[in-house]
Amino acid sequence: MSHEFEPTILAFVCNWCTFTAADLAGTSRMVQQPNVRLVRMMCTGMVDPKYIVKSLLSGADGVLVSGCHPGDCHYINGNYKARRRVKLLNEILPQFGIERDRVRLTWVGASEGNEFAATVNNFINEIRELGPMETRSMAVV
Amino acid sequence: MANRIGVYVCHCGSNIAGKVDCPDVARYAEGLRNVVVSRDYQFMCSDPGQEMIIKDIKEYGLNRVVVASCSPRLHEKTFQQACARGGLNPYLMQHCCIREHCSWTTEDPVEATAKAKRIVEAAVERVAEHQELFSREVEVLPDVMVVGAGIAGIQAALDIAKSGHKVHLVEKSPSIGGHMAQFDKTFPTLDCAACISTPKMVAVSQEPNINLMTWAEVEDVSGFVGNYTVTVKRKPRYVNEAVCTGCGACLEKCPTKALSEFNEGLGFRKAIYRNSPQAVPNTPVIDGTICKKITKDKCGICQKICPTGAIDYEQKERHEVFHVGSIVLATGYDAMDPTPLREYGFGKYDEVYTALQFERLNNAVGPTEGRIVMKNGEKPEAVAIIHCVGSRDKNYHEYCSRTCCMYALKYDHLIKDKVGHDARVYNFYIDMRCFGKGYEEFFKRVQEEGVTFIRGRPAEIVEEDGKLVVVGEDTLLGMNVRVPVDMVILCTAMEARKDVTEVARIFGVAQGQDGFFLEEHPKLGPVSTATDGVFLAGACQGPKDIPDAVSHASGGAAQALALAARGKVDISPTTSWINPDVCVGCKVCIDLCAYSAIEFDERRQVSVINEAMCKGCGSCAGYCPSGAAQIKHFRETQIFDEIDGLLGMMPVVPQPETEGGAALITEEIQPGETA
Repeated sequence: MSHEFEPTILAFVCNWCTFTAADLAGTSRMVQQPNVRLVRMMCTGMVDPKYIVKSLLSGADGVLVSGCHPGDCHYINGNYKARRRVKLLNEILPQFGIERDRVRLTWVGASEGNEFAATVNNFINEIRELGPMETRSMAVV
Repeated sequence: MANRIGVYVCHCGSNIAGKVDCPDVARYAEGLRNVVVSRDYQFMCSDPGQEMIIKDIKEYGLNRVVVASCSPRLHEKTFQQACARGGLNPYLMQHCCIREHCSWTTEDPVEATAKAKRIVEAAVERVAEHQELFSREVEVLPDVMVVGAGIAGIQAALDIAKSGHKVHLVEKSPSIGGHMAQFDKTFPTLDCAACISTPKMVAVSQEPNINLMTWAEVEDVSGFVGNYTVTVKRKPRYVNEAVCTGCGACLEKCPTKALSEFNEGLGFRKAIYRNSPQAVPNTPVIDGTICKKITKDKCGICQKICPTGAIDYEQKERHEVFHVGSIVLATGYDAMDPTPLREYGFGKYDEVYTALQFERLNNAVGPTEGRIVMKNGEKPEAVAIIHCVGSRDKNYHEYCSRTCCMYALKYDHLIKDKVGHDARVYNFYIDMRCFGKGYEEFFKRVQEEGVTFIRGRPAEIVEEDGKLVVVGEDTLLGMNVRVPVDMVILCTAMEARKDVTEVARIFGVAQGQDGFFLEEHPKLGPVSTATDGVFLAGACQGPKDIPDAVSHASGGAAQALALAARGKVDISPTTSWINPDVCVGCKVCIDLCAYSAIEFDERRQVSVINEAMCKGCGSCAGYCPSGAAQIKHFRETQIFDEIDGLLGMMPVVPQPETEGGAALITEEIQPGETA
């Protein structure tokens, strides 16, 4: 059963660093598994936790939030805000039966195309190991 | 009117079509909600491709457009403009990427096509919630403020002033010139630093378009691109600049002494002082912390002897407000204090100098009148120059300070020249980095002068029999060395100013990991910052030598002038908007905003965005507990629908054109409503 499971991953990425890194990974033809789909945000600081929860409840098996490295935020400190929000979300999710590993925050700078591809592939593999979001059907009810 | 969406799938030659079955994606899109026309075309960004969109907007009455092609970072503007030409508001277009994020990174064509369908579906869902947005034009005030009057600030100010624009030049020390004024010679040409910088300093003081304010600091900056309001603190000089002739009689008689900052602590200055005889302006300044008249109400000699009556002990701090269109930051660098590197014995041994101290030893108006002598007045027989002190060192600064190799070579030459050819000079280096015009040639020349180069960072400096012994390893020979010398010069790192964080906060610019101000883009935006209308010049952005600092400053001046010359600037409409009907006035967003763009309206008890200052980062929207704060073009409904589309949550049911689809909801947020 589990070997047939193909996870669906949503990635909320900031326009200035990780989205640019994703472009670079593409331009450099770095192969990624097709399970990840990007949502372009201007900054990880605008990723409302409800976007993450909504994604998990609507069919995503994992959510990646990725922005500029600490200190490099295009908007001064948006990524620190994201860090706090994701950290809190990671604390809360298990109480609802959702594994904390399903939500991950990473920093991928604009020049790190290889890092982006590796992050995406690793995350997909980890979620594949974790299996599908079992709580989804319950949660939707 | 129901939404009428046109979908355009680009082949990009074989870049997309090689993996993604574009006609299949277009057919799939046809069945999505509110899609009235869906096409695939070889090159959507080409003229015929854009014409196709423009024609369809008119023919099919499209009110939404989706383009699936390359990354929006590449061609979003192109298609926005095409829509605008077709009479459609550019923000009613959604550009989605099926090339960089799909065809180029996915191996299997079936998977790539499936992914492309999801991406297009998400765009179709999202675009239904798009709104008309209008960018706003604001006027740019013609004056420019330059902060810091080192060589970079001087250059920027002169460039701007020459164009006829007024420049307010703020310098925190009593005289302009910055670090360059402390130097004796400059590499690799061995020009006398004062000979090339003093004319520029004088030009600044004589330029009618430059309002020079020394002994002043910027205290507060508010406003936004084109319309900054800057408050400058004028510290009390206790000398009336308008009356003082700079005769210097007061400097002679003042009985109070302190270590001279300009001479890097190697000599003394009086309580009333100026940096050097070439100081601009040449008006002295009284150090209020040590002047006996000011601290204890005794003395007052300078006032008694001043022939013009310029001394005024009653001067108070003043605050002046300026309205400028843009700001050039040229706040420069600090030379690192090598005291923490205890192995080198700075502060412990008398004959260990920093590079800037050695510059002062060389300078004709320095503490030794330009003679390279030890504290006992004798010439050194052997000198060690240690490179990379604090630079390229994980414990202090990882970066290379760019200038040290070259000024070390300059010292090599100066020692040989001034002390005599028999003086032995040892360079302890890691790499020699002589990358500039004429730099490598200068390296060769110094090598031929008989200077010794030892590759390896020394371990420590010890004192033995009255000599300093540099202990280290020659990594080329692979053996330990102990070199007895009389004098050691530490080539200390260039580092960000001590108060850089405070300055960054005042001007709203970011700092990089090394503390220096962060440029907008490391390659293509080296002088602009993420804050529109604030530009960088010189070493405040990172270590630079004089030619680099000067050209960087001219670049910053050009950017500021481009704004001033155009006289107006477009403000992006993708800013935040706080719905006053929903806002509960909790004020959380106000503290979250890194740009101070949110104010509280006491009368209505709601938070209000200043659109001109808002950068659209969404920090407020990401938190707002009531959901009142929303970023235009990244609203909650838009993101939610995009998520649904990406996850295939929307039922794919072809619907009759007359049914379904939300009506245009542009009324909800009226552009300019909060303005």
